[in-house]
Amino acid sequence: MEWAKNNWEVVIGLETHTQLKTNTKIFSGASIKYGAEPNTQACVVSTAMPGVLPVLNREAVNCAIKFGLAINAEIAPRSVFARKNYFYPDLPKGYQISQFELPVVGRGAVTIQVPASGKNAAYEKVVNITRAHLEEDAGKSVHGAVEGMSGIDLNRAGTPLLEIVTEPDMRSAAEAVAYAKKLHELVQWIGICDGNMQEGSFRCDVNVSVRPKGSDKLGTRREIKNLNSFKFMTQAIEYETRWQIETLEDGGKIQQATVLFNPDTGETKSMRSKEEANDYRYFPDPDLLPLEVTEADKARVKATMPELPEAMKARFEVDFGLSAYDASALTSSRDMADYFVATVNAGAEAKPAANWILGAISAKLNAEEKSIAENPVTSIQLAALLRRISDNTISNNAAKQIFEYLWTPQVAELIIGDSLEEVTRGLDALIEAKGLKQESDSGAIEAVINEVLAANQAMVEEFKAGKEKAFNALVGQVMKASKGKANPAQVNEILKKKLAN
Amino acid sequence: MINNSLKQLGQMLAKKEISSVEMTQTFLNRIQQYNPSINAFITLDTDKTLAQAKLADARIAAGGDEPLTGIPIAQKDIFCAKGWRTTCGSKMLANFIAPYDAYVISQFDTAGAVNLGKTNMDEFAMGSSNETSFFGGVKNPWDFDRVPGGSSGGSAAAVAARLCAAATGTDTGGSIRQPASLCGFTGLKPTYGLVSRYGMIAFASSLDQAGPMAKSAEDCALMLDVMAGFDERDSTSLNRPKEHYTRDLNMSLKGLRIGLPREFFAEGLDANVAKVIEVAIAEYKKLGAEIVDISLPNSQLSIPVYYVLAPAEASSNLSRYDGVRYGHRAAQYDDLMDMYMKSRAEGFGAEVKRRILIGTYVLSAGYYDAYYLKAQQIRRLIADDFTQAFKKCDIIMGPTAPSTAFKAGEKADDPVAMYLQDVYTIATNLAGLPGMSIPAGFSNGLPVGLQIMGNYFDEARMLGVAHAYQQVTDWHTQMPELKIPEVVA
Repeated sequence: MEWAKNNWEVVIGLETHTQLKTNTKIFSGASIKYGAEPNTQACVVSTAMPGVLPVLNREAVNCAIKFGLAINAEIAPRSVFARKNYFYPDLPKGYQISQFELPVVGRGAVTIQVPASGKNAAYEKVVNITRAHLEEDAGKSVHGAVEGMSGIDLNRAGTPLLEIVTEPDMRSAAEAVAYAKKLHELVQWIGICDGNMQEGSFRCDVNVSVRPKGSDKLGTRREIKNLNSFKFMTQAIEYETRWQIETLEDGGKIQQATVLFNPDTGETKSMRSKEEANDYRYFPDPDLLPLEVTEADKARVKATMPELPEAMKARFEVDFGLSAYDASALTSSRDMADYFVATVNAGAEAKPAANWILGAISAKLNAEEKSIAENPVTSIQLAALLRRISDNTISNNAAKQIFEYLWTPQVAELIIGDSLEEVTRGLDALIEAKGLKQESDSGAIEAVINEVLAANQAMVEEFKAGKEKAFNALVGQVMKASKGKANPAQVNEILKKKLAN
Repeated sequence: MINNSLKQLGQMLAKKEISSVEMTQTFLNRIQQYNPSINAFITLDTDKTLAQAKLADARIAAGGDEPLTGIPIAQKDIFCAKGWRTTCGSKMLANFIAPYDAYVISQFDTAGAVNLGKTNMDEFAMGSSNETSFFGGVKNPWDFDRVPGGSSGGSAAAVAARLCAAATGTDTGGSIRQPASLCGFTGLKPTYGLVSRYGMIAFASSLDQAGPMAKSAEDCALMLDVMAGFDERDSTSLNRPKEHYTRDLNMSLKGLRIGLPREFFAEGLDANVAKVIEVAIAEYKKLGAEIVDISLPNSQLSIPVYYVLAPAEASSNLSRYDGVRYGHRAAQYDDLMDMYMKSRAEGFGAEVKRRILIGTYVLSAGYYDAYYLKAQQIRRLIADDFTQAFKKCDIIMGPTAPSTAFKAGEKADDPVAMYLQDVYTIATNLAGLPGMSIPAGFSNGLPVGLQIMGNYFDEARMLGVAHAYQQVTDWHTQMPELKIPEVVA
């Protein structure tokens, strides 16, 4: 299909439902804690008893304002809650309270980093946000708990959601996933969503269409519903794109439809076509007043916001002299940035700290599929390790071995303390115990060099005859003879002097 | 005693001339005697009622002195009352026991009033004759062949027949005032947002408003003192300082400017009703009021606007009755869709279905702009008319209903004729303004109501205007002579 794919362009837009981290539901005082016994968090409002009324949870509004500020969006001074009418057993009122014509958050933008892949280098791209609106979640239908019956659990009904809608700005699965990941990090960064995809706190609907390359008209789109992993998102978009191109290449037409991705088959399948789609009969909810957000509200929320990743990235470049790439990588998540800052605050130099975090630690985390939050090496331990590298107590190689030990919880637990001094003492004991301390006594190094030169006259001759490589071989021999403990810089220096004679 | 004012009843209780239990029992006896023929109550629970009366007696004995403590009040069956069957006049909720108290119910509880029972009403408050109730029609106490009006028909008949000391109602398009007119007593629909809608089963949320139905303006003022108040559970409830609605009862009407909207005295108004209203206006002149000619040009569009907006909201409000969690569920069904369809087809009556269909239609894609949006625009024009009018006058008066009580069945098959019953009352609901109806005389032995409309939050003044009239007339003290039905064993 590659030849065909090259003639087509895929156009992707996302709608993401983020569950907001409030204590209570968006229109009632019921708890939204995950995992409670069915219907134990279903008050009279959640069950839509006759006569009950919604009351807006201002905490949810603050979350929406935070998001709007974070993406530099227009925040509507006046927005309107509307009813989206349809029947479903887990929708107790027979309508969902959402926002339709006037959403709380208007146009904004998110800058994404698309990683390198194959021959393509990494690049940045701006994805425009069309809108973000507040709405309530539905309950859940539970099948199979009782033989032959479906149960309804209304604990989730009324959970606050912020639905974030993009323009059709993405042109590949990689871009879509880069956006989704960026958004996922951002909503956690500003503390409005716990980001837990397994529990459904962050769910994406992906609109996919294709068009001939060079065309500026959008093709007919199909919407892939409810993707709750980045892996599935990639698979679903790739499958859907291929299917649409093949359909068109075969002379077929794309019908607007809602599709579901089946992770077992890796295929998308139509749920309902446009003709079968509901007419939701949106109208302003007469039970709720228009939502007003004043400049003062915005200022109050702004004061509670953490430094945003973009600002932090710029600061890292200026304050620590980091490259744009490193600064960007370190601010790719709040946990990562916090870890870096904590390491620096513990006394580490910024550049080596960045190198270790983005190098050894990230590699290890990736290999073990762990997040930075699960990193067993504390920021103080890392600072102590870097301190012992910079003061030549250990070599870089030895440091890598020490790092492996630190990764083992049983060892790491022994090296604890609140101060760098304390932790460094523990680390020193470990270095001592493992015999990894670097030899920096020039007399001792010279003695080893003398032995090596005596034993390797042939190599000395080769070097003198102009074979530069022989020098490295001699260094290797010295390091080997010192069991890796000799300070390589000193070895280089002394050896050069000796051979010059 | 049954014709005593709330104030008099309260004094009897305070002076221990009678206990709340005895007073309550007196009304329960009347209900037992007359309700089988009038059908004003859907649900009675004498145990609960008398238990409340006992509590009230204890409270009075302990020196409690709230004006309504111990007084038996009938509650429209639209208010959820914890542990009480709450049907809203529908088969859909025929077996629904409310798990919580409506704001209005808890306000009366706090005041120490006694819940006498739940009164009959048009199904989901949709009707002007009480004939759409699943629990059967209600007789007008002045003439058992006639309807009491609606939708608060049960409360209306109960007040008129003195089966209760006072009652609550709700008014979406005239449902307190029109029955007050047809049954000859005083009923007030407050400014939208004055009484919390929490626990009041919704018909059309932007129009629904609860209010008192009682024998006099003074009684209504005492009732409204209990019912009005800010409630954070209703986002449309207005947060303003608590008022005492009896404060202007003795106001002078000297110089009061009464506006008479031309449009309310035009074609469609029964000539005899018009005459009664003219006499009442003349009485107000005698009391010192000035008469001002005003116009509410857009009020003629009230009915079409209302019959777009109210059904639109209702179609959505009534979606929760799906047979899933509570309420009527069909005995047999094939699948989910079949369950929805059968449960709703069986649970709702014809008028409710008609309005759900109209509402669904006007909100549908392609029709929304032409109907719903346009109606909202006209609604604003109607409200603007009142704003202009209140620059020229303090109070607006006119007929409450175009005719006196009509015969049962007379309009039951003609929805448009039925809808015209509210031609003079709907505009105030659309504008959110307060309106009331007071007895102003009779036409062919049937009561005629005078409508009094005020500006926003002008309830105290309206009650004063009504009270002044009731000091010089006795229409409000007149009781129907009830036909004595066979005593039910």
